Amino acid sequence: MATVNDVVIKIATVNGTGSASANSLLMKSIFRMGIPVVGKNYFPSNIQGLPTWYEIRVTGDGYQSRSNRVDVMVAMNAQTYARDMADVKAGGWLIYDSTWPRGQQLDRDDITVIGIPFSRLCNENFDGARARILMKNIAYVGAVAALLGIDLDVITKLLEETFAAKAHLIESNMTAIQLGFDAARETISCPLPMSVAAMDETSGSIIMDGNTAAGLGCMYAGATVGAWYPITPSTSLMDAFRDFCLQYRIDPESGKRTYCIIQAEDELAAIGMVLGAAWNGARSFTPTSGPGISLMSEFIGYAYYAEIPTVIFNVQRTGPSTGMPTRTQQCDIISCAFASHGDTRHVLLFPADPGECFYMAVEAFDMAERLQTPVIVMSDLDIGMNDWMIPELEWDENYVPDRGKVLNAEQLEEMDKFYRYLDVDGDGIPYRSLPGVHPKGAYFTRGSGHTKFGAYTEDSAAYQEVIDRLLIKWETARTILPKPVIRFSKSNKAGIITIGSGDGACEEALNRLAKQDVNLNYCRIKAFPFSEEVSDFIRQHDVVYVVEQNRDAQLRTLLINDIEADQSKLVPLLHYDGMPITAGFVVDGVLLEIAKGQAA
Amino acid sequence: MSYIAKPKVSHPGMPKNKLGLTSRDYEGTVSTLCAGCGHDSVTAAIIQAVFELGIEPHMLAKMSGIGCSSKTPAYFVSQAHGFNSVHGRMPSVTTGANAANRDMKYIGVSGDGDSLSIGVGQFVHAIRRNLNMCYVIENNGVYGLTKGQFSASADIGSLPKKGLPNTQEPIDPASTALSLGATYIARSFSGDKEQLVPLLKGALMHRGFALVDIVSPCVTFNDHEGSTKSYAHTRQFYHHVADIDYIPPTEEIKASYDLGEAMPIKLHDGSTIILRKVDKEYDLTSRASAFKFLRERFNAGEITTGLLYLDESRVEMHELLGNVDTPLSQLPLEDLIPGAEELKKLQARYR
Ligand SMILES: Cc1ncc(C[n+]2csc(CCOP(=O)(O)OP(=O)(O)O)c2C)c(N)n1
Ligand code: SF4
Ligand SMILES: [Mg+2]
Repeated sequence: MATVNDVVIKIATVNGTGSASANSLLMKSIFRMGIPVVGKNYFPSNIQGLPTWYEIRVTGDGYQSRSNRVDVMVAMNAQTYARDMADVKAGGWLIYDSTWPRGQQLDRDDITVIGIPFSRLCNENFDGARARILMKNIAYVGAVAALLGIDLDVITKLLEETFAAKAHLIESNMTAIQLGFDAARETISCPLPMSVAAMDETSGSIIMDGNTAAGLGCMYAGATVGAWYPITPSTSLMDAFRDFCLQYRIDPESGKRTYCIIQAEDELAAIGMVLGAAWNGARSFTPTSGPGISLMSEFIGYAYYAEIPTVIFNVQRTGPSTGMPTRTQQCDIISCAFASHGDTRHVLLFPADPGECFYMAVEAFDMAERLQTPVIVMSDLDIGMNDWMIPELEWDENYVPDRGKVLNAEQLEEMDKFYRYLDVDGDGIPYRSLPGVHPKGAYFTRGSGHTKFGAYTEDSAAYQEVIDRLLIKWETARTILPKPVIRFSKSNKAGIITIGSGDGACEEALNRLAKQDVNLNYCRIKAFPFSEEVSDFIRQHDVVYVVEQNRDAQLRTLLINDIEADQSKLVPLLHYDGMPITAGFVVDGVLLEIAKGQAA
Repeated sequence: MSYIAKPKVSHPGMPKNKLGLTSRDYEGTVSTLCAGCGHDSVTAAIIQAVFELGIEPHMLAKMSGIGCSSKTPAYFVSQAHGFNSVHGRMPSVTTGANAANRDMKYIGVSGDGDSLSIGVGQFVHAIRRNLNMCYVIENNGVYGLTKGQFSASADIGSLPKKGLPNTQEPIDPASTALSLGATYIARSFSGDKEQLVPLLKGALMHRGFALVDIVSPCVTFNDHEGSTKSYAHTRQFYHHVADIDYIPPTEEIKASYDLGEAMPIKLHDGSTIILRKVDKEYDLTSRASAFKFLRERFNAGEITTGLLYLDESRVEMHELLGNVDTPLSQLPLEDLIPGAEELKKLQARYR
């Protein structure tokens, strides 16, 4: 079937061979032609040698999720050749390096196999083993460009920008691309029936991963202290923060830094540093992943009880334990919502894409300081490490950071006496003083029982008064956190609820289902505790499909727990194989449930 | 109970420090520790040191972990902010607090359990960063608060109140700190206030990581015959190597010191430490010889006390990182946000 701007290309390579830049060159070229793209990287927990894949979905319709078909496979890894061949959709194409003969048994007659001698071409044209490997990867970009009809001028321009400082690299890269391009055209009639054609659907958009966006958001929030311990898939968040700080946070006069990044000895220390800095008045944060959250739990409970603004980014990966560190899931919802011992609950924000990672990073600091409590931004590997096409980020020049209820020296001076944990305004949020400001502001921060005046206590009533007041604060949080995105269709009976990276797949599924006359309403939750709108949404429907990426229906559990949602209405649709969820999964799940209902 | 404030009776004749405050202004709530606990004597020494240095109370941050020792920051300087954190994690909280505001003085009070068992990792890494703080270990060889189990500083052969003697090698915070490159290392005894107060003052004024390891007997669980952390044992095997006098920047050095015996060392803030060697063999400017000395005396069963090591040449965390002089928490956020135009510009590379 001939299509334009609806094709999925998958590239199989070996980790550590420089294929990442080739793949991003390919994806960006298509994006520069004005065509929406989705890029997903499937990589091993390894530095060099294991198989890795990159998938580019060209989607003229502008969908955001991965598709689970493969139209064009670029099989550059002999190790995975058999499996890669099996992945190609009937009627698709497979490109392989024909320098060496293929095993006879590896063939399919329902796809077109295109052999291009990439290695031989590169060996003839380049010197040195490393250059030959790198150029072989660049050469397949040329071949794919020919096969799909990607504009070579766009690729040239991108290369020129990328290697502006290294002119000789532009030349060798272009040579390799041309080799692949010509070889493809000599082998098969180009372009293939599934091709790309320029559109105007990407102006005003950028391609960015969520960790970069979150790191940028922290810089724009005015964060000054970041503490972390490296863990995939969160590491690049701090890398991004550091890079942006190097650009924007060097005091021009002294050449010194207006930020402090500390690579901690472990996550126990990273969160301790965040608490210490926040207590002392700095906007501070730590990025981590599930195992880090486990280690931080004691301190998270401390921050809840002692009421210290704390910003944590949890870029979730597949658990439990070490799990699959380079695969995605939304598996820490419960562990983050209730991290720590004792009665604790924590504010969670659920960004759906890198754009929201940026805005929610800023919001997380505002909310943490307003509510004087930990705020955990629940990203995941899919959002954090994959390249997403998102609307250009915008900054509101009128943004005023919400530093919450912090008393300054004059206010303290005027007070008779300052009491740290008094609910003066009735919203459950007490006033804070910062160290070093005024002797009257001094108080003793402790995780042990304290009265509303801030004094140590083992008195039942005095203890309970404080712990109950924290519930009032919780209800305040419910009213000020970001509201869900809610959309109604023709139907008023059934709906879908999801969070975070489930959004793309659900949005696409809603469209596809509507074409089959299955109309569903939509509610994408952005924060925990859940707002009134979420309760209403569930109340208004007979059936609500709760789409999430974990085995145990953690979001559903939380809905039942937090807003006493009627569990008989909540039908779980659970995707937890470690790969990003697809629209197909949601469509199939919904249709199956409907069929079950009709059969019953 | 600790929330009962002590009545503040000011005697007109009480000595005042440079801020016009008396030592009463540096007191805290009433201690809830056992009568005779070494930790209370350390608290008294801290009050005296901070009072005499004339530190503004609200510019002091009192940090601690968990344990009887870690409770003590409530018992001194009520007008200073305190952070009684979680077990073994005082160093990380102090690191963050210091990162946010480098202008304040940080005193951390910890125990041997808090610093040498559960928190040994954080203790070690605070030293590596040369975090600018005064780090006090109230070392009693046991976990006081959980009722007397041996800690990692218990000596081989030391007897518990009930049961068998300790058989595991102890961790000595002073020689550990020495091997890790701590820049101010002192050891003292809660029962020797005269030696302790100047050591604390030096530690508070030193720029960098200052460890003061204080043998501070637990009268309830580790002060019996056969314990190597008892008052009696400590008094018997106490070996002074070097005492100090602390002289603030504004004060003239009045006493005449014979240079052979006393050595003035300038600190970063212009104050001076006059070092008086008690044991002529001790060389505290070399890590290697200090280490050798400590180990030899330790093997001989002695408790070496005094200023054990000092290095004023190393820079502390902020200087290592190249941070601005202004405390980060005081930078106006508006100045830190590049704005809409820059955001637009920087996105060019994501297109
Ligand atoms: C995570 C955790 N584990 C265990 C405890 C129990 N605990 C409280 S204090 C303490 C030991 C304190 O010993 P040390 O630091 O030597 O202080 P001391 O009481 O001897 O002054 C322990 C194990 C705790 N509070 N937190
Ligand atoms: S148990 Fe020991 S350490 Fe704790 S207060 Fe009593 S004497 Fe001091
Ligand atoms: Mg102890």
